[in-house]
Amino acid sequence: MSVLAIAEHRRGELRPVSLEQLAAGRDLADELGSELHTAVIGGDVEAFGAELNREGVDAVHTVDIGEEFNHDVYTQVVTQLATELDPTVLLMPNSVNGLDYAPAVANRLDRPLVTDVVDIDAEDGLTATRELYGSKAETTIDVHADQAAVTIRPAEWPTIEADGDAAIEAFDATIDESAVKSTVKGFEEVGGGDIDITDADVLVSVGRGIEEEENLDIIHDLADALDATVSGSRPLIDNGWLAKDRQVGQSGKVVTPDVYIAVGISGAVQHVAGMKGSDTIVAINTDPNAPIFDIADYGIQDDLFEVVPALIEQFQ
Amino acid sequence: MKILVTVKEVAAVDDEFEIDGLAIDDRYVTADLNEWDEYAVEAAVQIKEAHDDVEVVTATIGPSETDETIRQALAKGADRAIRVWDEALDDAGLLDPETKAEVLAAVAAEEDPDLVLTGVQSADDGFGATGVTLADKLDMEWGAVVNNLDLDLEAGVASVHRELEGGVEELTDIEIPAVLTIQTGINDPRYASLRGIRQAQSKELAEYSLTDIGLDAAGIESPLEQTSLYEPETEGDATVFEGSPEETAAELAELLAEKGVTS
Repeated sequence: MSVLAIAEHRRGELRPVSLEQLAAGRDLADELGSELHTAVIGGDVEAFGAELNREGVDAVHTVDIGEEFNHDVYTQVVTQLATELDPTVLLMPNSVNGLDYAPAVANRLDRPLVTDVVDIDAEDGLTATRELYGSKAETTIDVHADQAAVTIRPAEWPTIEADGDAAIEAFDATIDESAVKSTVKGFEEVGGGDIDITDADVLVSVGRGIEEEENLDIIHDLADALDATVSGSRPLIDNGWLAKDRQVGQSGKVVTPDVYIAVGISGAVQHVAGMKGSDTIVAINTDPNAPIFDIADYGIQDDLFEVVPALIEQFQ
Repeated sequence: MKILVTVKEVAAVDDEFEIDGLAIDDRYVTADLNEWDEYAVEAAVQIKEAHDDVEVVTATIGPSETDETIRQALAKGADRAIRVWDEALDDAGLLDPETKAEVLAAVAAEEDPDLVLTGVQSADDGFGATGVTLADKLDMEWGAVVNNLDLDLEAGVASVHRELEGGVEELTDIEIPAVLTIQTGINDPRYASLRGIRQAQSKELAEYSLTDIGLDAAGIESPLEQTSLYEPETEGDATVFEGSPEETAAELAELLAEKGVTS
């Protein structure tokens, strides 16, 4: 028995979820009475391997293939590693790249896959906790199998900081090049505007609650009144109402302003991931049950179309 | 060229709701076309409009109650639809990505598409894994979380942007046939026109059982069992300003002034 966690890196840096997986994995390994292994594929595996050598890790497997993520390569390597190590639980990140290879690996290993878990335990069989209906409800799931593949939601577990004394071992994977049918050509920063929202001290951020594009005028008026910058949640950017580089969230920018005013934003987990580090969070939303109030410091539970004009008036 | 688009009816839950056992009480649930699938349908229809001889076929796992949702996709330009349902699927409870992919792979095996488009995830259970599992079962190439698609049919390559975290996109060339999971924002999904809605009524919507697509109903068994459903505990300790909009705005203005926010 063991737990195997697959690390993730991008453009030379290990992503935090790689270390969070070690915390989740160590708990699972303790419950199973087993070892915790982790693996890193591609890039500067020597440096990544040293970084992954944290307290509680029994072995770090380094696979020196390629520089950046390629799902065809990852799928083959992780399948081979899991076949060799035969872990009880195979942990992978519930990231964009995790979801680009984990399902294929689970399919090849004939293991059930539980994605986006926010909690997991192995004391009495494997039980995972997930969210449903856009975080409105939570569910527990029993996994009826001896071995499983699991993707864990980033930022749900702490990172393990203390150094470890793991064995660091190179793993030789065999890549079938004919099965590599995708080529990563490069990366592109999303753009569209001339403002860097990560520099702003005050952000007025707007969400689906604004209803219509023309209603954005009051948001711009409020931002003007507060000498603030306008940002937004995903639906606004998808609708083309704000430039792509104004998006706050997991797939947008991570912002940490002094004051973040969330107007008509419900607070989906993907959005919260991008703004929870703000010093002071203010939420204006009609729905008192909106998850944004769970992380807000101050709130107004009322119609934004009445509150925002009244607020503008206060500053004029 | 044939494009298969997976289309799911999802449950949209009201802001306030009650839980009845392992499900949300029906009174608080509205059926809708999965938002991500709407973008996938639009992407397929746009390819059809840009090239000759493209057929767009939708595939759905669901009971007859989902027909109305499937007709939405037909009204937006899909040519015909396939729906698979069976008592065994009804009895299986929580369908895991592998089970869903197995059913959809059987449909794909019959249809032999050149391209399969799925939504990145569904708005209700949000596994986000069916598309890539399906690709692997079909031995097709794939791309997950695609927010830009440029198809070169002659070269047999889909040049895609994959939306990574943190405002970064990965530019990747993918050999087709392939399964692409489509992210919202890739296009601007059209509203169904009245003409489209009328036409959708006469388009083919074929209903298959598991046996019809060559699967053994006895083999359908989800390894995942939902054991509880509850509202997450709120951890909020926000100071909520009370009163009329003028009063709450005044309190907030005072707070913002204290924080040094002024024009």
